[in-house]
Amino acid sequence: MRRIVPIGPYHPLQEEPEFFKLIVEGEKVVDLEINIGYNHRGHEFISQTLTWDQVSFLVERICGICSDSHPYAYVLAVEDIVHITAPPRAQYIRTIIGELERIHSHYLWLGLAGHFIGYNTVWMWVWRYREPLLDLFELIMGNRNHYAINKIGGARRDILPEDYPKIEKYLDLLEKKNTMFTNAILDDPVIRARLENVGVLTKEDAIAYAVTGPTARGSGYACDVRKDDPYDAYDKVDWNMVVFPEGDVLAKAKVRLIECHESIKIVRQCLKDMPDGPIETRVDEIPPGEGIGRHEAPRGEVFHYVRSDGSNMPVRHKVRAPSYMNIASNVVAVRGYSIADAALVLAAVDPCYCCTERTFVYENGKKKYSGQDLLRLSWKKTEDIKRRYKK
Amino acid sequence: MNIVRIIFSYIIFPGFVFTAVVGLFLTWIDRKVTARIHWRVGPPWFQPYADFLKLLLKETMIPEGSSKTLFLLGPLLGLVGMSIFAVMLFNMNFNPSGSFVGDLIVIIYLLALPPIGIIIGGSASKNPLASVGASREMTLYFAYELPFLIALTSIILKAGGSIKFGEIILAQQAEGPFLYSISGVIAAVVIFLSIQAKLSFIPFDIPEAEQEIMAGPYIEYSGVALAIYKMTRAMMLFLLPLFLISVLWGGFANWWAILKLLLIIVLIILVKNTNPRLRIDQALKFFWVGIGTLSTIGLILAFYGL
Repeated sequence: MRRIVPIGPYHPLQEEPEFFKLIVEGEKVVDLEINIGYNHRGHEFISQTLTWDQVSFLVERICGICSDSHPYAYVLAVEDIVHITAPPRAQYIRTIIGELERIHSHYLWLGLAGHFIGYNTVWMWVWRYREPLLDLFELIMGNRNHYAINKIGGARRDILPEDYPKIEKYLDLLEKKNTMFTNAILDDPVIRARLENVGVLTKEDAIAYAVTGPTARGSGYACDVRKDDPYDAYDKVDWNMVVFPEGDVLAKAKVRLIECHESIKIVRQCLKDMPDGPIETRVDEIPPGEGIGRHEAPRGEVFHYVRSDGSNMPVRHKVRAPSYMNIASNVVAVRGYSIADAALVLAAVDPCYCCTERTFVYENGKKKYSGQDLLRLSWKKTEDIKRRYKK
Repeated sequence: MNIVRIIFSYIIFPGFVFTAVVGLFLTWIDRKVTARIHWRVGPPWFQPYADFLKLLLKETMIPEGSSKTLFLLGPLLGLVGMSIFAVMLFNMNFNPSGSFVGDLIVIIYLLALPPIGIIIGGSASKNPLASVGASREMTLYFAYELPFLIALTSIILKAGGSIKFGEIILAQQAEGPFLYSISGVIAAVVIFLSIQAKLSFIPFDIPEAEQEIMAGPYIEYSGVALAIYKMTRAMMLFLLPLFLISVLWGGFANWWAILKLLLIIVLIILVKNTNPRLRIDQALKFFWVGIGTLSTIGLILAFYGL
């Protein structure tokens, strides 16, 4: 007998609204329907009403976790229009922040993954060591989140030489703890029993669904913008791409844990080799044209397309977030596993719905509904539902 | 006079009220120790009582289309079972040679009442997640009950074939606790793991896995009915370790029993906090293959008097 087990729109598994319809026979998942679109905010439209410099602050607020990745890709896109590159020191600063953000995002996922398999001790311990990193962000950039380090033509703020030892000290602590977590999680027989051979996404499926980031690298598909199309300081430092061929949830966990090690390596080298000099190239005019920016966010490739007509605002700004590609691959990854596994598999791609959903209702180039209209429509629908279910 | 005493023993001490108060206190120990392991501060001592009172003041919602009688019977079944179990346990320990008839068969049935209550309540709530939870609870019950029964059989063998609770305790007072033998240790491990599963603690909190099926059978419960479920769980946290002490560790009619109780509870909490949740098929395999074999070995050893 087929039944539907709903995960969402509000569910303790995931902290953002989304709807997965698990179609089950007993405990076995036979199919999955993905229904996203509960989180519209209209970023791409708002972006066209702001000036070039304001947009980087706007796109930062697309997502709270990868709040460095979106402005990073955006400024790379605008610099592509202007045909400039940031000064070397600014490039190193951006790289450092990008990698520190990767560590903090992977630790967030690791803690949540522990929570999802019912291992709350892992959750609390991992987040305990993520906490000093947020304090470090506050020290360097003035904010625990939404760092606003990226600016068209460079970096907004310098990393002071007297802060280097503090970063080094945190990296030492993190390296020890990361080794501890890697060993503790990969050696635990019960964790292995839960994660191994669960939610296998084969390399062929990974390519067919065009997944990116750790989801692809955990399936043996080596793709990483930092290696494929190096930008800023990524080709000036020595690091390895982490690829595991198994495709199960454990492989994705391994990719993220070992990537943290690589990130520590990158930040250390950047701090050592950081050149002196200005942190910004002055940009006065954005000429007409179009540009693209790609950045390897913690969840995969984030892609920004920006078009300019020479005015002080972008005429078109398109964002493609990595989770948008990764979530779709869940359809093949959960089929045939149990409900207990499905919860894990859905979370294994580290989905980020606020990145994925930013739509505004448009038709034939004219705004169909404004924010007020949408609100009114939603009230009307609530009233209708109330009336229908009142007996 | 006698009737008043009987009513007193079921309602006040050692029945419902006493067990509930101590049990809720033990859930505070559980929460506090768990919090310290997590580097958190944890709640103050009165938190479980406050939670319980709050739930009593809330409205009890009954989902539309569900069977009202069965929905409300579910929580009560477990509570009644545990209250009677408490009276039997205390009577047998403080007066083992008395005429009160209590044997292991009755206790096995009383211990089956809370899971049956959860299964009935979950199935009656007309919610897909609750029915998944109820079916998981049923599977889990069948999983842990088999090794649990085999372990109890080995205890009966050690007590000279008597199924009377009082005689098991008297035998231990005469020859020393059963725990100090190989088959006793095996039985203790098996019963300890069954307790973990009966309490629905990680790694066996499969029926109510909040990240998978959102508390499973409890999903539609609120107010007094939910409070009763929570209290039954708290009473079990008190009574099941006491049961382990009575059948294997020489009874609890002395002050040492408090230390033994705390030791067992801390062990339960440690197991809970150092393991992830198993899948239901893994739990079934674990209990029937691994623990089932272990308990059978214990039974054979007990047969040869080891």
